[in-house]
Amino acid sequence: MAHDNTVHPCHAKTAPVQPAAPLDLDRLRRQLAEAQGPRYWRSLEELAATDGFQEMLHREFPRQASVFTGNRRDFISLMGASLAMAGMTACTRQPTELIVPYVKQPEDLLPGRPQFFATSMPLGGYGFPVLVRSDMGRPNKIEGNPDHPASLGGTDLFTQASVLGLYDPDRAQTPTANGEVRGWDEFLQALRARPEVQAGGRGTGLRILTETVTSPTLAFQLQNLLQRYPDAKWHQWEPINRDAARQGSQLAFGRMVDTHYQLDKADVILSLDADFLSSASHPAFLLLARQFGERRKLRGVPLNRLYAVESAMTLTGAKADHRMALRGSDIEAFAQALLSELGKTASAPGAAPGQAAWRAALVADLQQHRGRCVVLAGEQQSPAVHALAHALNAALGNVGATVTYTAPAEAVPVIQADSLRQLVQDMQAGQVSLLMILGGNPVFSAPADVPFQDALGKAGFRVHLSLYADETAALCDWHIPETHYLEAWSDVRSHDGTVGIVQPLIAPLYENRTAHEMLTALSDQVFQAPYDTVKQFWNTQFTTATIGGTDFEHYWRKSLHDGFLAGSAPAPLALTAAANLPAPTAVPQGLEISFRPDASVYDGRFINNGWLQELPRPITHVTWDSAALISVALAKRLNVVSEDIVALNYHGRQIELPVWIQAGQPDDVVTVPLGYGRPRTGRVGTGVGTNTYPLRDSQTPWFGVGLAVSKTGSRRGLAATHDHHSMEGRDLIRTATLAEYQQDPQFAHAKTEAPPPGLSLYTPYSYPGYAWGMAIDINSCIGCNACVVACQAENNIPIVGKAEVERGREMHWLRVDTYYTGNFDDPKPQFQPIPCMQCEDAPCEQVCPVGATVHSSEGLNDMVYNRCVGTRYCSNNCPYKVRRFNFLHYAWLEGTPSLEALQNPDVSVRSRGVMEKCTYCVQRINRTRINAEKDNRQVRDGEMQTACEQACPTRAITFGNIGDRQSRVAQLKSDTRNYGLLEEQGTRPRTTYLAAVGNPNPEIKI
Amino acid sequence: MEPVAQIETLPEPPQESPVIAPGQTFASVTAKISNAVLVDPTPLSWFAAFAVAALLLAMFMGAVTYLLLRGVGIWGINVPVAWGFAIINFVWWIGIGHAGTLISAILHLFHQSWRNAINRFAEAMTLFAVACAGMFPLLHMGRPWLFYWMFPYPSTMQVWPQFRSPLVWDVFAVSTYATVSLLFWFVGLIPDLATYRDRAQRTWVKRLYGVLAMGWRGSARHWKRYESAYLLLAGLATPLVLSVHTVVSFDFAVANMPGWHTTIFPPYFVAGAIYSGFAMVLVLAIPIRAMYNMHALITPRHLENCAKVMLATGLVVAYGYLFEGFAGWYGGNQYEIYMIHNRLVGSYAPFYWSLLTCNLLIPQLLWLRKIRKNVLALFLISIVVLVGMWLERFVIIVTSLHRDFLPSSWGHYTATRWDWAVFIGTLGLFFTLMLLFLRALPMISIAEVKMLLPAAKVEAE
Repeated sequence: MAHDNTVHPCHAKTAPVQPAAPLDLDRLRRQLAEAQGPRYWRSLEELAATDGFQEMLHREFPRQASVFTGNRRDFISLMGASLAMAGMTACTRQPTELIVPYVKQPEDLLPGRPQFFATSMPLGGYGFPVLVRSDMGRPNKIEGNPDHPASLGGTDLFTQASVLGLYDPDRAQTPTANGEVRGWDEFLQALRARPEVQAGGRGTGLRILTETVTSPTLAFQLQNLLQRYPDAKWHQWEPINRDAARQGSQLAFGRMVDTHYQLDKADVILSLDADFLSSASHPAFLLLARQFGERRKLRGVPLNRLYAVESAMTLTGAKADHRMALRGSDIEAFAQALLSELGKTASAPGAAPGQAAWRAALVADLQQHRGRCVVLAGEQQSPAVHALAHALNAALGNVGATVTYTAPAEAVPVIQADSLRQLVQDMQAGQVSLLMILGGNPVFSAPADVPFQDALGKAGFRVHLSLYADETAALCDWHIPETHYLEAWSDVRSHDGTVGIVQPLIAPLYENRTAHEMLTALSDQVFQAPYDTVKQFWNTQFTTATIGGTDFEHYWRKSLHDGFLAGSAPAPLALTAAANLPAPTAVPQGLEISFRPDASVYDGRFINNGWLQELPRPITHVTWDSAALISVALAKRLNVVSEDIVALNYHGRQIELPVWIQAGQPDDVVTVPLGYGRPRTGRVGTGVGTNTYPLRDSQTPWFGVGLAVSKTGSRRGLAATHDHHSMEGRDLIRTATLAEYQQDPQFAHAKTEAPPPGLSLYTPYSYPGYAWGMAIDINSCIGCNACVVACQAENNIPIVGKAEVERGREMHWLRVDTYYTGNFDDPKPQFQPIPCMQCEDAPCEQVCPVGATVHSSEGLNDMVYNRCVGTRYCSNNCPYKVRRFNFLHYAWLEGTPSLEALQNPDVSVRSRGVMEKCTYCVQRINRTRINAEKDNRQVRDGEMQTACEQACPTRAITFGNIGDRQSRVAQLKSDTRNYGLLEEQGTRPRTTYLAAVGNPNPEIKI
Repeated sequence: MEPVAQIETLPEPPQESPVIAPGQTFASVTAKISNAVLVDPTPLSWFAAFAVAALLLAMFMGAVTYLLLRGVGIWGINVPVAWGFAIINFVWWIGIGHAGTLISAILHLFHQSWRNAINRFAEAMTLFAVACAGMFPLLHMGRPWLFYWMFPYPSTMQVWPQFRSPLVWDVFAVSTYATVSLLFWFVGLIPDLATYRDRAQRTWVKRLYGVLAMGWRGSARHWKRYESAYLLLAGLATPLVLSVHTVVSFDFAVANMPGWHTTIFPPYFVAGAIYSGFAMVLVLAIPIRAMYNMHALITPRHLENCAKVMLATGLVVAYGYLFEGFAGWYGGNQYEIYMIHNRLVGSYAPFYWSLLTCNLLIPQLLWLRKIRKNVLALFLISIVVLVGMWLERFVIIVTSLHRDFLPSSWGHYTATRWDWAVFIGTLGLFFTLMLLFLRALPMISIAEVKMLLPAAKVEAE
């Protein structure tokens, strides 16, 4: 069902490096202590280097890897696999393309005009509501669904990058039987011949393993199947599951519930290792980030205050007003101590972790905000912490106010670790003769103590449905390529329980099948298309339960158009937390290993997605690799520096991977990402990172004490997009506390001021029409990188691969700079997204010899790719270094025709030797202006959204006409916090920033 | 008459070598210079040198072919260091190209007749250096096949170059300089070409030189026109010597980069250019003199004079370094201060300190007459200065670019083997051209050297 966009507001390093001298921590500490005022630094090596350049020398010169030490073949295949553009250069002949008109033109389809369709992307079982842009039948850009209560228009990086997954040339393309290409019919024959599924059989030996299922239709099909085959069993396993939350709610309420937070109503937020500002770490990220961000904007609503107690340096910790780094294992004791200080339980045994004064101030703050505060337990925390969080929220009167409970979104919630263990036991016992794995990659992701891979061999007939011919597929008899969600009919619940319809944007590119089809194949019913399966199911629901609407067809069409079934979220439950919480468990001292969903590859499923691989990981800015994050103190103890490979030994299992020293990391915690080191993946993901699943067991899925770390002596270069550099006291990110801001609202202009306009030698431009500008609120930017991927997708930005990133040639038009403020033990990262500043007096324009970058009548610094000869003078003269150069032919698509369909047809293809940069999405501006001109009106405020603005989950980016005093962007620019980056250079940037204002508790002195 | 005679017979200071060795006559000069090309067997050392140079040239061709096929990404440049070896080499070669015209034009106008023995090959050096230099901006471009967009040609799209850009100024400055230098050199060659025509043995050689000699018959009218053309061209070339490197320095001075944006650049660049140019003259003169046994024509006096020019320009350059640092500090701009700090102790500090050693410290030896008289020492010091001047451009370009305004974008630059191949390759090109010049054309201006002979002076009276 097409979205009519006039109605809908949404339109649209492996080089050997000599080991460096270890860091002199004490000296660094002294230096920081002596430094006056806030001092900014980017990483610890950098800090160490500020008073000596040996470290620099070590870092800079050994990387003299020549351009060709990398493997050229790999490089080209990388480019081929994930790159962004059709091969067109002066050197390459343009491929012949046939243009054939429609014989029967589809309704609503105008060539050159995009259409938008609502659907939902499933990830971790939950649906992420999206609007997908389709150009001539090719989906090529994902936006959030602003009408959906779980998105409100924002997106995260996974949804943004998912469109690349659709066109990934490395996807499985045909059904295979033991590696040989077969047809679907052959598969059906083989399956239906199985004794388990014969008419009248009980399905003995039949097992179905799915990922988390929230799809009502799929659940309905599964239930039907289980009824038909009473001996069959259904198991669910996903490596990033919600077992802890489920078990926690069982402890607290005796049943499984979903917990929902209303951060918009919370003045004080306490995160117990809940990284709710990272899309990989929390299913409700979009909503929570929006609600959190709105309370950081200082526009009418009072600032909230965030306390984070966490076991890694996360985005949530970065945004926290107060942060305490603890081992994951100590957080339970911390929560216990809080509860006892609230007078709800007897005091916990032993000394509670963390500073008592800090905790006391926190308790007082929470108590002062009863009913207006919230305690979040981390998805990667223990069941006990979840139970304690429930108790804390109850004790603080938050239940019903800022916290609500509903029945779980899953159709049949299970403890997945148990479910998988049960399946493995059955397989080992030889009770499984037909195993159908619908999605997921359990061979790769199963816990180390659940020998799924070994047991799989004992299962009789193994069928695997998945996007890629992965590790699991290799061990199954049959592999059926799964449909990408953009090709599929299905449904899925989002984290709030609202049902979203998954509708296809394109017919399956290959011989793909959905889980619905697989289940139909198992039943003896007449084969049914997934569309009919889904629609029929909802038809039955419509008649039996009155969901609303006049007739089903109308209801169905409206739901398809909207992307979700209105009012399908479950009603809140009234629950009281049980009083008898589990007795606190004593945690031994020692080193802890902590597993985290990776910000880019999630559980490993996105390993072959080049956009995500090249995306700088939040805070570390490492790309194309995985690293163990360790604290400075631990690095000193181990005598290692970043990029040194260490051996991690946990419960007798060992892996080796490089370390990355991360300020703010708790001293006794080694944090490793999940999902890397996939032995069987596509061209992009091959050889990227180290597999950490072998260390992870089902008892300690997220963290566990008892880790041994040893130095191996070898190194692996990590490609960080920016490393080891400090702010050098420059006034780049301007910050104040709320008290300071109230005292001096002009604080952002205290140190530097822009020179008056009119100093330029050249005549100033006048803007009779629009004057586009952007304001970015640093206070509500959470550094999640959704904007960066959105920009990449919108603007056909190529990826360049690890070797090129190491050489400093990444192509992102928009980047999120991260600087640390604060002291050594309590660092506070600050985020600053940097698009092109579109300067009024642009240094780039004046130095281009051929006029390839020129000032537009609307104030943009237009880049004329066709005219660019590639002198790169503009890049040198850009103080913001936002320009990106095609040093090589990065846009190489020969041999991967599927990627050609991915490209945004409104954006030029850039050839080798051409400069490019952020254009404020000029293609969108033009489209919007043309639409407005056709209606004989001005472009309305908010009608034109840049890709980054539209993607931003916290709405930190505002774009509009600064010539219109009433526009949102003009109003933000008149805010006293508004300042231009490097404005003292006289560039007069069109992109400006709103200075950050923190809200620390005055009771806590750091 | 008495006093005049006294002045004329005033002996030269005994320590000064003569500009031309005693005992030379018109005939001996003509024979010496023309036999080197037309009669004498080519020295073995020439073949040895040519073999090496041609090999390097072949490497250059290979590197450029690969560069054109793959793109400038084969070099070490990146963002923020978007300019690397190519621009360093461009500025370096252009600098070297300054000495020839300075010697021929400015010294000519100042009646420094000692320059007559070295101006010809110095001019050739200029042309070849400018040729090497001129290639770099082209190779450096992302899309070099579109280089002509830099010129204001009548395009059907009616697009012109963007005249505010110093790169466009460069195009004019360098192409004008190359044209005038070529003309100047060629005009100066005409009488000598005629001599070669007259002395050549083989017909085709005679014809070739004949065509090039443009019908020179050595009549008084020819000489009169020749002299005025030569003088006019010298007058034309003189401002160019100063303007070219001034304009090249604008590439940096006009940009806003800390370390580039400074008003001292034009004089400092010009002085540096002459500095390196004279160093290259010595690097060439000393072996040529030995190779062709030209000690009688290129005397220690010439070498010493070149050394003195180097010493003087070296001091101007030193002043430039000093004031760059002073202005950075005194200006109080935090970015400038950081830039100076970064040069002194940053990751590229070894380059800066080597540059100071090469350009500032070691050339101070030239104060000593003993060193100036020592051919080997001069040769080595000249090479050191050439290295130093190359490092200067490296420091200006790379050290400034790698750490500018936003620390988040700071990076580093490491040259790749292709950077080196192209750089060393242009040395091959330069020396190949130079050796071919020695083989085919009068390396020393026969007509002008004759003017240095006592006989010429008598005739003038």
